[in-house]
Amino acid sequence: MVEPLLRVEQVSKRFGGLLALDRASFLAQAGCITALIGPNGAGKTTLFSIIAGFAPPSAGRIVYDGVDITGEPPHRLARRGIARTFQIVQPFTTLNVRENIAVGSHLSRPARVDALAAAGDVARAVGLGELLDRPAATLTVAGRKRLELARALAIEPRLLLLDEVLAGLNPSEIRDMVPMIRAIRDRGITIVMIEHVMQAVMSLAEHVLVLSEGRIIAEGPPQAIAGDPRVVEAYLGHGAAGRMLAAGTADA
Amino acid sequence: MLSSVILVPAVLNGLMTGAVYALIALGLTLIYGVLHIINFAHGALLTAAMFAAFFAHKLFGLDPYVAALGLTPLFFLLGYALQRFVIGPAAHGEDRNILLVTLGLAVVIENALLYAFRADTRTINLPYAFDVVEVGTAFLAVPRVIAFIVVVAVALALWLIMRWTDTGKAIRAVAKEKRGAELVGIDVAHIYAVTFGLGTACLAIAACLLIPTYYVNPQAGNAFVLIAFTIVVLGGMGSVTGALIGGLFVGVVESLSSLYLGESLGQIGIFAMFILVLLFRPSGLFGERA
Amino acid sequence: MRGFAPILIVTALLATVPLITSSNVVLNFLVVALLIALVGQGWNLLGGYGGQYSFGHAAFFGTGAYATAILQVQYGINAWLGLLIGIAAGALVGAVIGALSFRSGLKGSYFALVTLAFAEVLRIIASVAPITGAGVGTLIKLDLRPEAFQFQSRAPFYWIILALVGLSLVLIRMIEDSRFGAYLVALRENEDAAQALGVNTTMVKLLAMTISAAITAAGGCFYAQYFLFIDAGIAYGPWISVEALLAPIIGGIGTVFGPLLGALVVKTLGELTKLMTGDAPGLDLVIYGSVLILVIAFAPRGISGILLDLQRRLRSLRRAAPASLGGGHG
Repeated sequence: MVEPLLRVEQVSKRFGGLLALDRASFLAQAGCITALIGPNGAGKTTLFSIIAGFAPPSAGRIVYDGVDITGEPPHRLARRGIARTFQIVQPFTTLNVRENIAVGSHLSRPARVDALAAAGDVARAVGLGELLDRPAATLTVAGRKRLELARALAIEPRLLLLDEVLAGLNPSEIRDMVPMIRAIRDRGITIVMIEHVMQAVMSLAEHVLVLSEGRIIAEGPPQAIAGDPRVVEAYLGHGAAGRMLAAGTADA
Repeated sequence: MLSSVILVPAVLNGLMTGAVYALIALGLTLIYGVLHIINFAHGALLTAAMFAAFFAHKLFGLDPYVAALGLTPLFFLLGYALQRFVIGPAAHGEDRNILLVTLGLAVVIENALLYAFRADTRTINLPYAFDVVEVGTAFLAVPRVIAFIVVVAVALALWLIMRWTDTGKAIRAVAKEKRGAELVGIDVAHIYAVTFGLGTACLAIAACLLIPTYYVNPQAGNAFVLIAFTIVVLGGMGSVTGALIGGLFVGVVESLSSLYLGESLGQIGIFAMFILVLLFRPSGLFGERA
Repeated sequence: MRGFAPILIVTALLATVPLITSSNVVLNFLVVALLIALVGQGWNLLGGYGGQYSFGHAAFFGTGAYATAILQVQYGINAWLGLLIGIAAGALVGAVIGALSFRSGLKGSYFALVTLAFAEVLRIIASVAPITGAGVGTLIKLDLRPEAFQFQSRAPFYWIILALVGLSLVLIRMIEDSRFGAYLVALRENEDAAQALGVNTTMVKLLAMTISAAITAAGGCFYAQYFLFIDAGIAYGPWISVEALLAPIIGGIGTVFGPLLGALVVKTLGELTKLMTGDAPGLDLVIYGSVLILVIAFAPRGISGILLDLQRRLRSLRRAAPASLGGGHG
């Protein structure tokens, strides 16, 4: 059994009286795309924040590449090779695209010239080559999402955490992004993605986890998840699976 | 050393001084709780109010407690206008800019007072300033007792406003959830200005309560506001209860420590406490996360 | 403005001033303006590039001033050495305040508040401590020898402060083009995103604050040598904290030349005020405070911002012009 790149073990998170995560555990195998789905408020972004070091878990631990990284700060994790994108895109607005990406490139390149050059390469890989000198503030939503992705790739990660990278994109933009994500995986980068766009999840993910009310209620290959009545109930409410079956619309 | 004959009056005096601190802190915490800004101009505005109270007596012979009736609405309007027409528009909503604008206001107001009235310290003489009231074994100065009663009344009045008036409810709505308040049609700019005005009005009342026993000069407000800042940070930014309890607490602590340590270590001590609280618990004991 | 050429040109031009005029009025004005430019450049690094607004830069100015003054007056240490020690002392104070503040995660208004408080504490201590002369202040003995960092005429003082300003311009330009600078600006724009890209934001802020304090302290040391008298209100007073931030904001926050431009404007305003209304205390700061509000309201990127906008507008006009007029490229 190959050691998974990421092991999330019994992670719980409490905010005052609210239990946002309840002993969530999963594995992400190296070189695979794992999708994390679930209704809003299920705790997906909280889990990402914990894995990426932005918040400590109340209990449980995170093991990356065999090392316990629980509680390490985000910048240390970035150096270990963990990159994350944010659900609400956060470009460095007064900088242009190249300078934005260069901040990431600088991680392994102290010299400004090298970082700027490397940033250009990353930009071209995600299709932002034409926009290198544009101020980040002038990009469209799709452009910003790509910039977010490019910045994360610039730190040359081994694990990429994508938080709803397809949110806000129209169908043709999604159709452009999906092969890009697949290409990233093909380069050997492990991806864990939070996603609501089901078609992307179905076509990209090798392994799917369903989070509901802080708990992982199902996991498995995409096809199995799609037909799982517990998953339907998590999204549509108690009894929905039965109703759908009865109405003859519960299809895989 | 710990004789109750000395302790009790010290505590009572501390409570009364603390009440005025609490009122100043109340204005500050109200502004923070609703507008989420730290009003760097609070000290200068207090100084301005103190000068106003001083001149109300000097030029018109008005007793401060009477002057308060006029100065309070006046300063409410001043605060309203400052937020509505200066701070709000100038800052374009950016936190960093709000900081600078309130700092700019503080500099302008304080130095305008310096330019107009020079740095001299002034006091007013009231016939009853040294009268005392006997409470148990303690002899308490009349102006201080009045101050305590007035602050309690003001706190109650504010509570009633917040609870029962439409404006008060709107203020609480904006403090809790600005976007939601906007969506239900509340004029947020107006509410911000009203809140700022209430904060400034508190300063006007506090000034009138202070002027019988304290001096006024262009720096006067800063000393009190520093204490108010410490209280607000201690009690929690945005917490009214914190400001009130914190004010009384600090008043008592100050009174007791000046019994044993003397006045001079006071200022540095307060700053030190302030810095320590900021460094270790900026959200205070009752307040929201920083 | 890329490269070091503009800095060299500006510095060279300014260096010729004492050769053109021997007017003490002009030289004194420029010396003070350059001093504010230096202090403002210190603030600019932390506030303009780093986005952390300090309201207490007097803490560093005063430390530099007192360090150099006390070392000379009480211990007979050479003034030039005093300059170096003063800069180091200022940097140390900056590092301590920075470490305390940034480790606690203070930012925005809270950071401004705590820096204000630290400066005030230092002011109060300086106003009562015997070593600083308490209320009376510290007087440096007149000793007009270059070795004692004192000069008969203004010109040498002018060249020295100009050299310091020039060095600060070069330093900021170098930082702009470095990884440290990129990280600093990134954390100003978005701290979380910067951290996710491997930026140790606490350390970067701390380093920025230390350098910022050192630059400002150098200004304090120079002040002590030029005016030969300091007291708690001069060294650690709010006036210098305000001018330290006003100059870069007016001139262009987060730009190399911003503090210099802004300092010239601030000092010109100060002189005009004095001319019109005499030397009444407080009026100059009233003007400064008002200008601060006006600049934030109407030109938040300062003079540099206005110039950049003009440049952009001229460019797009040229693009729209027919080719026969030599329309430029974008």
